[in-house]
Amino acid sequence: MQCTIRSISPVGNYLHLILDAPEVDEVAPGHFAAVAVGGIGGGMLLRRAFSIHKSTPGQTLEIIFAAHGQGTQWLATQSAGDVIDVIAPLGKPFVLPRQPISCVIVAGGYGAAPMELLARELRGRGCRVDVVLGAATQEKLFGVLDLKGVADSVIVTTDDGTSGVRGRVTDVLADVINKNKSQAVYACGPMPMLQAVAKVSQDNGAFSQCAVEESMACGIGVCMTCVLPVIGDDGVTRMSRSCVDGPVFRGDRVRWDDVHTVPSDAFGAPRPGGH
Amino acid sequence: MSVDLTTSLGSLQLAAPTLTASGCAAAGKELAQFGDVSTLGAVVTKSIMMAPRSGRATPRMAETPSGMLNSIGLQGPGIESFLENDLAWLRANNVTTIVSIAGNNVDEFGELARILAKVEGVDGLEVNISCPNVESRGQVFACNPVSAAQVIETVRSVWHSDAPVLAKLSPDVTDIVEIAHSVVDAGVDGVSMINTLLGMVIDVDQMKPMLGGRTGGLSGPAIRPVAVRAIYQVHAALPHLPILGMGGIRTGHDALEFIAAGASAVSIGTVVFGDPGAPWRIANELGQELQSRGYNSLSEVVGLAHHN
Repeated sequence: MQCTIRSISPVGNYLHLILDAPEVDEVAPGHFAAVAVGGIGGGMLLRRAFSIHKSTPGQTLEIIFAAHGQGTQWLATQSAGDVIDVIAPLGKPFVLPRQPISCVIVAGGYGAAPMELLARELRGRGCRVDVVLGAATQEKLFGVLDLKGVADSVIVTTDDGTSGVRGRVTDVLADVINKNKSQAVYACGPMPMLQAVAKVSQDNGAFSQCAVEESMACGIGVCMTCVLPVIGDDGVTRMSRSCVDGPVFRGDRVRWDDVHTVPSDAFGAPRPGGH
Repeated sequence: MSVDLTTSLGSLQLAAPTLTASGCAAAGKELAQFGDVSTLGAVVTKSIMMAPRSGRATPRMAETPSGMLNSIGLQGPGIESFLENDLAWLRANNVTTIVSIAGNNVDEFGELARILAKVEGVDGLEVNISCPNVESRGQVFACNPVSAAQVIETVRSVWHSDAPVLAKLSPDVTDIVEIAHSVVDAGVDGVSMINTLLGMVIDVDQMKPMLGGRTGGLSGPAIRPVAVRAIYQVHAALPHLPILGMGGIRTGHDALEFIAAGASAVSIGTVVFGDPGAPWRIANELGQELQSRGYNSLSEVVGLAHHN
């Protein structure tokens, strides 16, 4: 779908893109958008995937991105009025609780992009929502003020101590879970952070859902690029696609230590001697 | 007056000139949200093997200028699940289906063909003798005329079906015409060309190959001239051999080059990753390209570049 850029503006170290997206209806937190980069006939064939920050059904779609590669650098040079090609919404979003339980939202850097939407959904269901936002440094935090406006509490951590508590999100997570008797943890951010969040959650009796960040080629389930080892309901580990089977997975089902490998007990794994 | 875009690959009549390329559309189902899959020339499935297969470790992809490297390693559910789920879906949706098969050895190709010859809904067989993402690159069947012919002879001996058998060829050979001759002598009804070219990208921060599988197959517009050249050479040597062309086709204009070089139909591959509606769009564009040049049908243009 062709989307006209309504605005593109810096937020800390990131860029906030607001698009006219009349064809996009309901977006759930955790859904992502795949954006074509480089223009028609350009040399970059693959879309870039971003979790959706916000949307107004039938009107706008918003994403947050960091201009850290060739494709996102191109996107950063676009301006209001330019038209880009977007496929959205894609992927399986966060699963929301039926009961008004106590929840924690954890995000690293611009992994916080979908979390305001999630916090609103959870609050709308009567859930308590406590938030932990972390980043390497203050400029890499995202969404702190917005989430303070929605959540019951917000704790900020930075690796260098420029904002909030010096340290990692997982340094404070156990206390947050225990203090608020949290039953569910929702996380989005870099893979090592997600792995740590999944562990702390499990160790403290909470159920976690993690939106993973895996490099994708298609975003629609046809290329088999973005796979990671995930344990299914039947106990079998499969190389699951983060684009259509995810990007949100149960934290206790992802084999974090085995990401970027094919575990020897995975479905269809190579027998001795290789495939 | 609209241009007649119907075409054929041997005995298989195709209502449209664009097909999906193996490995670039799974088994068609995921593309259904972007268009009516039954209106495509055919879906060429991701290569299916006897046993379920996990594929290789990640990273499996590296974007390159006008292309990409992949080292998926034939991840798939195995033939049993394929028949039960994927082929069933394709049949239920009236999709013309060419099943791509891959074997670890000659016998496995034969076993897959024997199974598929007995089931309904297989309109053609593409024998993938050229996947670069296997452990022993030296054993890619399509790199050797003798082993390529062995696979095809074995498949042919059990293929009691009128549906055409196509051999998928690799451009990573000294003389692709020699390989084409050998698979024709072994009994194929046509050839699909080209598979990806073997490549590598090195991550100079980590000082190691970027892909988990180290090497990968290069695809996309970067390889298009190689594909056009290979098709041109094979059509020149074997002008009556049906060719399904693929390799970096992004527009109807690109597709027209393949047709003029000698392809009767084209598969749309890597471009689908960025533009899932491409197989339909390119068919429309191809019609416009033909019409604007005064042609009435696709068939009159097949191999036309050889006559000028």
